[in-house]
Amino acid sequence: MLDLLLVETVNGIVSGLILALVASGLTLIFGIMDVVNFAHGELFMLGAYVGTSVVLATGSFWLALGLASLTIAALGAVIQVLALRPLLGRDPLTTILATFGLSLVLQNYALWQYGPVARKIPEPFTGQFPLFHLQYPWYRIIIAGLSAAIIGGLWLFLKYGKYGIWIRATTQDRVMAAAMGIPVPRVHTLVFAIGAAMAAASGVLFGPLVGVNHAMGLDVILRAFIVVVVGGMGNLGGSILAAIFISLLEAIASLWVSPAQAVIASFVVLILTLLFRPTGLFVPTPK
Amino acid sequence: MLTLSDVHAHYGKSHVLHGVSLRVAPGEVVGLLGRNGVGKSTTLKTILGLVRPSAGRVVFEGRELTGAPPHRVAREGIGWVPEDRRIFRLLSVQENLRTGLDRPGMTPARRAALLEKVYRHFPVLRERRTQTGGTLSGGEQQMLAIARAMMLEPKIILLDEPTEGLMPRMVAQIREIVELLRAEGVAILLVEQNVPLTLAVSERVYVMEKGTVRHEAPAEALRHDASVLHQYLGV
Repeated sequence: MLDLLLVETVNGIVSGLILALVASGLTLIFGIMDVVNFAHGELFMLGAYVGTSVVLATGSFWLALGLASLTIAALGAVIQVLALRPLLGRDPLTTILATFGLSLVLQNYALWQYGPVARKIPEPFTGQFPLFHLQYPWYRIIIAGLSAAIIGGLWLFLKYGKYGIWIRATTQDRVMAAAMGIPVPRVHTLVFAIGAAMAAASGVLFGPLVGVNHAMGLDVILRAFIVVVVGGMGNLGGSILAAIFISLLEAIASLWVSPAQAVIASFVVLILTLLFRPTGLFVPTPK
Repeated sequence: MLTLSDVHAHYGKSHVLHGVSLRVAPGEVVGLLGRNGVGKSTTLKTILGLVRPSAGRVVFEGRELTGAPPHRVAREGIGWVPEDRRIFRLLSVQENLRTGLDRPGMTPARRAALLEKVYRHFPVLRERRTQTGGTLSGGEQQMLAIARAMMLEPKIILLDEPTEGLMPRMVAQIREIVELLRAEGVAILLVEQNVPLTLAVSERVYVMEKGTVRHEAPAEALRHDASVLHQYLGV
């Protein structure tokens, strides 16, 4: 029993880190623009599809990861400029409708372009190592490490980079940031592009585990939204902790119930959070 | 240097500015007095591009700023110290200052020199440079707000009620800072409720009422005869 618990703990941390990668893009975008991006799952899915195309053409997983991130970052920038920038300052409902509409468009585009049959991104590493009596795939450890590295890179960028400081200032006070000469519209576009690139990167990393199809974004985005709410809307550190917490909970719950039922644990946490700590579990109690 | 001609502004349907005209010459300290809600802060926001004028023009050093986005106005050399200070509370003191430093055309040497100059004027900010803005006292936040505006190397600073809620000792310090900025040739448009302070530091004073400028006079004249101020401000 103890070894099973440990294996599930490893599983929980691994999927938690991937989930954190998706959720941090989502929460970054919400934090700075108050935009709840319902098309985030579709950016994740399109990233995975671009990844399959690049792998097919070049055979390189790493090239696929890089190119998919860049392509979807560019797509994200275009989406922000064309669909979201004109809505800035309006009722949040309008951006929810806009991104929801975009998600439908992107999903159906993928269905039309790539067809209904799931594709697969081959794992770049097929090796396994013994974890107690199980063989644990190296690839899962690698993607967890890569997710952590990308999140760490984002943190360093936000902490020390010129654009990082602009992003944090704009998140806290958009008006004052503009009055300090920070080009706020450009910062918004940049953040949306970064969020999109992170979604795409997780799509490619996740591709070998789940298979790539036009609806793959739905499941991930649902969990990402739970994480963003539980972690505190717009709170990056909170989202990362919440992603790991929720994934651990689900992994450990799946020892007793089926994985489909384990999802219930996440919803219980979500509902309890909304009832008792609506500003998020991992933020200091607001005064 | 800065000229507003017949500027009108609306918040939604309410007409807030009814044709404000004023000018500030290079290096001049100009006071803007008036009761609460007569449109003083809105006048500043209209200059900054934060409120779009519905009519009239804002011209700065011969360049049209009417309707320009606020980040462009800032980079033209107009600094803003807002009424509620608007410190970036989660950014450290140094990061707050850095928001105005990463401008096009700034070299690392110039950045360091500017930061050093401001820390020399405000030693307390150097002491607290790694603390987050939200942990500073009210007076320190006010100094940070002024220091942050200085990072833009502005030709003019719009100061909105800098002494509001400060202890008398801090008010004296704010006055010193205004004198210091004047000595450096920075023009100031000062919105204040503190009439004696405004008259003491300003060269000229405008008095606003109901969204428009009703009176203009040298501060010197108002120091001797305050009857006009009684009429408009009730002080």
